[in-house]
Amino acid sequence: MRLEYPANIKIIRVPCTGKVDVMLMLRAIQKGADGVYCVGCLEGTCHYNEGNFRCRERVDYVRMLLKEVGIEEDRVRMYNLSSGEGPTFAAYAKEMTEHIRKLGPNPLNKLN
Amino acid sequence: MIVAQRKPFEEIKTMLKNYKKVLTLGCGTCVAVCLAGGEKEVDVLNAELDMARKLDNNPLELGAFTVERQCDREYMDVLDSKVGEYEAILSMACGAGIQFLAEKYPKIPVFPAVDTTFIGVNQTVGWYEERCRSCGSCVLGLTGGICPVTMCSKGLYNGPCGGTNKGACEISNDQPCAWYLIYERLKGQGRLDSMMAIVPPQDWKNQVPRTVIQPGYKKPEKG
Repeated sequence: MRLEYPANIKIIRVPCTGKVDVMLMLRAIQKGADGVYCVGCLEGTCHYNEGNFRCRERVDYVRMLLKEVGIEEDRVRMYNLSSGEGPTFAAYAKEMTEHIRKLGPNPLNKLN
Repeated sequence: MIVAQRKPFEEIKTMLKNYKKVLTLGCGTCVAVCLAGGEKEVDVLNAELDMARKLDNNPLELGAFTVERQCDREYMDVLDSKVGEYEAILSMACGAGIQFLAEKYPKIPVFPAVDTTFIGVNQTVGWYEERCRSCGSCVLGLTGGICPVTMCSKGLYNGPCGGTNKGACEISNDQPCAWYLIYERLKGQGRLDSMMAIVPPQDWKNQVPRTVIQPGYKKPEKG
């Protein structure tokens, strides 16, 4: 398909979004990432039944933690698509990039 | 197991506001199982504190360590070489562990990062329910394995009271009447007679700190 998506996104591959731990997302923000988003399979289609639901729960938890800390919770998001939806993947990447651009840099980076 | 809940972040942050170097100390037993104060929760709390203090322009140096049990001297000795370099310790253990830690290092301020909540069971991952109030005088043999002190809103030893209402408690329709459950359980076992046994009032010795020495473990007296 040779689709293009913003080059500023660093992809970390995991076997299932159920593998994404709270600390992975939190550490990314702590180390200066401007945003983190998880892209899981469509809800109800998880090969392991609930991997993407677990990820959603953890994304919500990280959002709550960031709110407590005083960092915009919307820097962390969850998206869902099927493995055959390349164009949607690219669209989500663009959407997230534009969204984070609007929010500006990670406030932790402004301090350095 | 003992079930605890993480304290609100603001409360923890306020407790530590005057310190620059703090050790966050997890406990690998009950609070780790109930996902409140184990190794992972130490990491999460430290990440939060680190970010929050950076944003406040008042950086906090944090250490992270988790001992197997904070209520057991045997597992605490490993801390002797670590705690000296910190201004304060933030303990994620239950109330017993926190006190034991504070007792062991009386010169270092120890702060609680969790609220110890109850003795309970694990219904499913992350879901805990209270089952025991540690009253010190167990009547479960008479009550079909259902604790009236914990499960009855009034903690009645000799129930039910007049507030039982078709299986629910008078305080709420969502709250089952413990004595109704006890009746049903005992009836199913053909043991309704044990419900007639009168349990005498508690002597409330639990109002003072209790000590238990198991048979065969008492140290010989010197002399």
